[in-house]
Amino acid sequence: MTIAQQTPSQNEIQKRTAPPRNGRWSGFRHLLGARMLELVREKEVVFWVFVFPLLLALGLGFAFRNKPADRTTIAILAGPNAAHIQELIQHSPQKNAIRSEIVDDVQAAKGLRLGKYDLIVAAISADQVEYHYDPARPESVQSHVEVDSALESAAGRKDVLATSVVVSSEPGSRYIDFLIPGLLGMNLMNSGMWGIGFALVDMRQRKLLKRFVATPMRRTDFLMALASSRLILMVVEVGLLLGFGILMFHMRVLGSFFTIILIGALGAVSFGGLGLLTASRAQKIESVSGLINIVMMPMWILSGVFFSYERFPATVQTFIKLLPLTALNDALRATILEGSSLVSQTGRLSVLVLWGGLSFILALRWFRWT
Amino acid sequence: MPAAIECRDLRKTYDGKVEAVRGLSLAIEPGECFGLLGPNGAGKTTTIEILEGLLEPTSGEVSILGRSWKANARELREYIGISLQETRLSEKLKVRETIELFASFYTQPRSTEEVLSALQLNEKSDALVGNLSGGQKQRLAVATALVASPRVLFLDEPTTGLDPQSRRQLWDIIRSFQHDGGTVLLTTHYMDEAERLCDRLVIVDHGQVIAEGTPTDLIERLGGHHVVEFALAGNGHGDTSAWQSLPSVDSVRSEDGVICLNVREPHRTIPALLERVDQQAAQLERLNTRQASLEDVFVNLTGRHLRDE
Repeated sequence: MTIAQQTPSQNEIQKRTAPPRNGRWSGFRHLLGARMLELVREKEVVFWVFVFPLLLALGLGFAFRNKPADRTTIAILAGPNAAHIQELIQHSPQKNAIRSEIVDDVQAAKGLRLGKYDLIVAAISADQVEYHYDPARPESVQSHVEVDSALESAAGRKDVLATSVVVSSEPGSRYIDFLIPGLLGMNLMNSGMWGIGFALVDMRQRKLLKRFVATPMRRTDFLMALASSRLILMVVEVGLLLGFGILMFHMRVLGSFFTIILIGALGAVSFGGLGLLTASRAQKIESVSGLINIVMMPMWILSGVFFSYERFPATVQTFIKLLPLTALNDALRATILEGSSLVSQTGRLSVLVLWGGLSFILALRWFRWT
Repeated sequence: MPAAIECRDLRKTYDGKVEAVRGLSLAIEPGECFGLLGPNGAGKTTTIEILEGLLEPTSGEVSILGRSWKANARELREYIGISLQETRLSEKLKVRETIELFASFYTQPRSTEEVLSALQLNEKSDALVGNLSGGQKQRLAVATALVASPRVLFLDEPTTGLDPQSRRQLWDIIRSFQHDGGTVLLTTHYMDEAERLCDRLVIVDHGQVIAEGTPTDLIERLGGHHVVEFALAGNGHGDTSAWQSLPSVDSVRSEDGVICLNVREPHRTIPALLERVDQQAAQLERLNTRQASLEDVFVNLTGRHLRDE
C-alpha cells in the first residue's frame, strides 16, 4: 500500500471556507510590479538601457556630422619658392578650404605621419611643384585634388567646362539617420539578452527561482511578467531614442509610430526568447555573461549597427541577413526612414518570428527552475 | 488523521554516483516540531527538498497532508511554507513589497501587516531588502513562508550564521507558529537548537537515520544525563576503559587528552574518581560536570563532532 492511498479522506483537510482573496492575475500583477520597481531602482540598468544609447547617439552623431566643406591642412617644404606657393594658394578660389604651413622636411614628414597634414607640397622651382601623400588615405587624395586645382587656377589656368555643385544633406540621408535605427535595434538586443537572460540566471543563482516555484506561483505568469516588463521598457527605449533623434538632429520619421512599436515589440520578444534560451541551463552569472557575449558579438559587427553590411562580400551577406539583429535593423530603417509598410517586410519579420519562436520552444524544453 | 509529513525508503542518487539519501523514512504528526539533525553533507537539504517537492527522489514515497506531489502539487503548494537555505531575495525591493509579492501567489494569504508584526519587521517594512541585517533577512525569508498561512512549515537551517539574539527571535517565531497548530520540519546542525525546539528528531548521517526520538529520549539512551570530564597532569591516563569500572558510569570516551564519562549519578561517581586518582598518585588538571547534550549523543553514535568538516 502506498502512503498516498493510506491517508484518509480529503474532507479532513478541507481548507478555509472563506472566499479566496487573491484573483487569477494577482501573481502576475505583483511579479510585473516587482520587476519594474527593481529595474527602476537599479541605477546601472537605467544607465545602460536609457542613458548609454543616447550618449552613443550624441557622440557618434557629432563625430560624423556633415561638416561644412572639410578644411585640409598641408605642409609646404621650406625653400626659396615656399612663400610664393603659399601666396598662390591664398589667392586661389579654394583659399578658405586650405590651410598651409611652411615647415622643414623633418616636421613635414612627421606631421604627415601623424595625420596633422594631409599633403606635403615641395616647390622644386617657381613653376614646378611636387606632391607627397599616401594614396590609401582618402583625405590626402582629396587634398591633392583640391590643392592642385587651387595652384593651377591661381597660376592662371582657364577652365574649359563650366561646372556647378548642388549641395545635398537632407535629413534622411545623413549618417545620424542611418545610425539611430541601428542603435535602436542594438539596444533592443542588449536589453532583451541581458534583461531576460542575465536576470534569470541571476535569480537562479540566488535560488530565487527555486523559492518562487516552491509557492503556488504559475510559471507562465512569471515568464509573462518578465516579457511584459521588457515590452514596457521597449516602448520607453524607442520613444527616447527617436525623440532624441528628432529633437537633436531634426531626424524625419516617415513610418507610423504604431508600426515602429510593433516592430520593436517583435524585436524585443525575439531577443527575449534568445535570452531565455541562453539562460535555460547556466547556473552562474559568469557563464551566462560569456554566452550572451558570444551570441551578440557577431551581430554587433555584422548586422549593420554602425556601418552598412553592404561592405561585406555578397556571399557573407546572405548569412548576415538571416541574423535577427540584421532583420530588426533593416525593418526599423525601412519603416523609420522610408515609411515602408509591415506587409512589404514579411521576409525580415519572419526571420525575427522564427528566431524568437524557435528559441522559446527550445528554452521551455531545457529550462531549469532550480 | 493523516501524518503531516510522511516518507518511506527515500533514496536520492546524483548522477548515478553520489548517494545523498540512502533509504530514509519519517512520519511527522500534525502539530509537531520535528528536527533533521546532522553534520554538513549528511543529506539534510536533499531530504527536505524532496519533501518540499522541489527534487525528485530516485526512489521512495512522499506524502504531505495525505497528498502526493505527483497528483496534487498545486494544491499542496497552497498549504506549505518554505524557507530554503540561503535564498537571496531581491535587494531592490522593500520588505513590505517582498511579502506582498509572495502573498500574491496564494489564494488566501495572511495579511501583510499581520506577518510584519508577527516577525517584528514593522519598523523595517519600508527598508530595502539589501539594507537589512543577516537576522532581519532571515526573518524576512521566514515571513515569505508564513504569509502563505501554511499548515506545514519547512525550514532549512533557519538560524545558520545568525547571532544569538536573532536565533532566539526566530525560535520564538517558530514556537508561536507551532502553538497555533502548525507542523514544523526543520534541519539544523545546532544541537542546542534541536533540544530547545524539537518535539522529536532524527539524527542523520551519510543519508541515513542513525537515531530517532525526543531529545530527552536520545540523551537517556546515551545512558546518563550527566557528563564528567577530567584531565590528568602529564599524559598518564592509562587505559581509558579502566574508568568504566567506576560506580554509575555508563560509557567512557577520550578526546584530546580529556576523559569523558557518561554518568547517571555524579554524586556517586566523583568521590570514587577522586579516590582512584589519589591511589594512582596522579594529579587532576581539570574536572567538570555538565548535562549531557545531543552533541554527546552524536559523538557517541558516530565518533565525530557535528561541526567537524
